[in-house]
Amino acid sequence: MTPLLEICGLHVEVEGREILRGLDLEIPLGETHAVMGPNGSGKSTLAHVIAGREGYEITKGIIRYGGEDVSELEPEERARKGVFLAFQYPVEIPGVNNTYFLKAAVNEIRKHRGQPELDAVDFLSLMRDRVKLLDFDEDLIKRPVNEGFSGGEKKRNEILQMTVLEPTLAVLDETDSGLDIDALRIVAEGVNRMRSPERSFLVITHYQRLLNHIVPDRVHVLQEGRIVESGGSGLALRLEAEGYGKAAAVTA
Amino acid sequence: MPEPQRTLGAAEVEQLVEREYAYGFVTDIETEVVPPGLSEDVIRLISEKKEEPQWLLDWRLRAYEMWQGMTEPNWAKVSYPKIDYDAISYYAAPKSAVEDGPKSLDDIDPELRRTYEKLGIPLVEQQRLAGVAVDAVFDSVSVATTFKEKLAELGVIFCSFSEAVKEHPELVRKYLGTVVPHTDNFFASLNSAVFSDGSFVYVPKGVRCPMELSTYFRINASETGQFERTLIIADEGSYVSYLEGCTAPMRDENQLHAAVVELVALEDARIKYSTVQNWYPGDKNGVGGIYNFVTKRGKCAGARSHISWTQVETGSAITWKYPSCILLGDDSIGEFYSVALTANRQQADTGTKMIHIGQNTKSTIISKGISAGHGQNTYRGQVKVLPGASNARNFSQCDSLLIGPDSGAHTVPYIDVANPEAQLEHEASTSRIGEDQLFYCRQRGIDPEEAVSLIVNGFARDVLSELPMEFAVEAQKLLGVSLEGAVG
Ligand SMILES: Nc1ncnc2c1ncn2[C@@H]1O[C@H](COP(=O)(O)OP(=O)(O)OP(=O)(O)O)[C@@H](O)[C@H]1O
Ligand SMILES: [Mg+2]
Repeated sequence: MTPLLEICGLHVEVEGREILRGLDLEIPLGETHAVMGPNGSGKSTLAHVIAGREGYEITKGIIRYGGEDVSELEPEERARKGVFLAFQYPVEIPGVNNTYFLKAAVNEIRKHRGQPELDAVDFLSLMRDRVKLLDFDEDLIKRPVNEGFSGGEKKRNEILQMTVLEPTLAVLDETDSGLDIDALRIVAEGVNRMRSPERSFLVITHYQRLLNHIVPDRVHVLQEGRIVESGGSGLALRLEAEGYGKAAAVTA
Repeated sequence: MPEPQRTLGAAEVEQLVEREYAYGFVTDIETEVVPPGLSEDVIRLISEKKEEPQWLLDWRLRAYEMWQGMTEPNWAKVSYPKIDYDAISYYAAPKSAVEDGPKSLDDIDPELRRTYEKLGIPLVEQQRLAGVAVDAVFDSVSVATTFKEKLAELGVIFCSFSEAVKEHPELVRKYLGTVVPHTDNFFASLNSAVFSDGSFVYVPKGVRCPMELSTYFRINASETGQFERTLIIADEGSYVSYLEGCTAPMRDENQLHAAVVELVALEDARIKYSTVQNWYPGDKNGVGGIYNFVTKRGKCAGARSHISWTQVETGSAITWKYPSCILLGDDSIGEFYSVALTANRQQADTGTKMIHIGQNTKSTIISKGISAGHGQNTYRGQVKVLPGASNARNFSQCDSLLIGPDSGAHTVPYIDVANPEAQLEHEASTSRIGEDQLFYCRQRGIDPEEAVSLIVNGFARDVLSELPMEFAVEAQKLLGVSLEGAVG
């Protein structure tokens, strides 16, 4: 079976600078993979390229999603095909109500899938359900998107959006940074509840701690724009103990 | 550390510039047009057509005399070729509307009825619009007013200005020019000389007007100007909410719209005046469009009176407009809420004047300017506190949103305080629609056009929420529509 996400020999430039340098990664449907790596190694760049952000130029290599080359697709087209990115730095949209925003997103996606749009009542009950599961502050769903949210609240809002949008591939870019201990557990439970044979996760993190909660099928080490080592969940433990120096040495 | 910000490039905003104007059609209707040119004779002719009393003709002529000695203001941050006032026709009316005197709603020319239907303003007293009474002004004349009888039962007068001159001359004479005198400024004097029609509202003591009153202005004839005059009087303890909307056909020529609006609020009265302005803005190269040079002013004449201006300005090639409040009565309140959107080559120089004269007077100014393409947006506002205005307070907030690298936003606040007790607060901000905000929306499946509209509406929310419900949705759509094709 073809993997859900298949990246081969990917080279990406940002503003003329090469950030990803021959990256290979495969995530089969139903699996959860973790990517770890030092600051500036290209983890967020990878996440943005998967989501189709402009300004990231693919100079070589290929990205396939569901067997299809998606490198020419617009971000919204990928989103509608089930790609979701939980941002490392969620963006504020002043004045736009959080619930309204999410309803617009859900209906936009449903529309493109040929499903009927949810009316206000149906949407609200879906929202209520997810809010409760994530122990999310009710007030936050009435406030403008991320405006004035604390760092942790922003991250939880990303996960709320994910649980409402129900993607096929969810890329979580350092969702754990900034979360307190309880929030980390709640978010991890939220993710675990969503794990299924029909859905894959790419979890970017710096900390083994998260991977105690969300146990990955595989762990990859990204360094200087390439995956330099891959292994089972034990790899994260070793990295935590030894740092990245060792991993680099392996490929040197 | 957040990743480096990328702003939207000119190419990305290019398509934004291609906005569709939905109301650009022309109604094919037989029109009586006075030949271009301005003279005493033309003014006499207009006055005669309207069968006006001598005092009003004299007032017009005095204004004309003043105007001849005045020069066009040039302090606003707008530029346009010199206007030839002799190339404009000052009166145009559909023949069917003026022949055989005023018409009942059932007798309106079907062509005019269709026009308003196309504009989304059916001239019928139907259920759906049961909460809104409409005065429809087409070029220089009012062609219909709905719910007149129903309002009259409460003593509320809502009719065309021309009709008010005939039916309620004492009220018109008492208040006309008391807020915006015929000597006020170049465009106001011009309007005083040649004004043709507009709306008149009088709400008697203690009456809360149960419907939204609204006037829909439509320019149709070419090479004409529209010079409407609106006068609203809220007697003691009364309340009225009034809304105006406006559109015009797409044409390569510029057309002048120089209106005057006067509001008078007596003791404990409240007037809420809202505008959704969507005159033809010109094409993407700046050809054509309306010059919207308007003088609007309200007088809070009585104690505890309250006037709010809310405006959503999305149309016109040039907007020059400063709805203001004279806070004469003690404890009176003036408010100005504005969203001005300029795209392509549109220019807007708009703001307000709050003149605090009475004690404990309070004013609030919230201005949101949105500039896209080569649009230029200037907020120009004055807060003036006179020596007697003890304990006056003002809060001003002016925010600008820029879309694309070629747009411009400017804030010009004038503050003039002659009472040491006055408390003034001013906040200002400028932001851009960032590529990060757009990407965030698109990553959630939202179209870039829809995303821009969402972001713009969010930015304008504090002002849109001041609009009457019936029109908030319309205005929201307009802000969306105007930015259609925003990002490539
Ligand atoms: N828009 C941009 N312009 C210039 N350089 C960029 C841009 N975006 C990313 N980079 C650079 O690319 C490199 C990789 O950045 P990226 O954000 O992918 O790292 P990361 O692995 O996510 O790091 P962190 O762990 O700190 O989040 C960095 O050196 C960064 O400065
Ligand atoms: Mg990162």
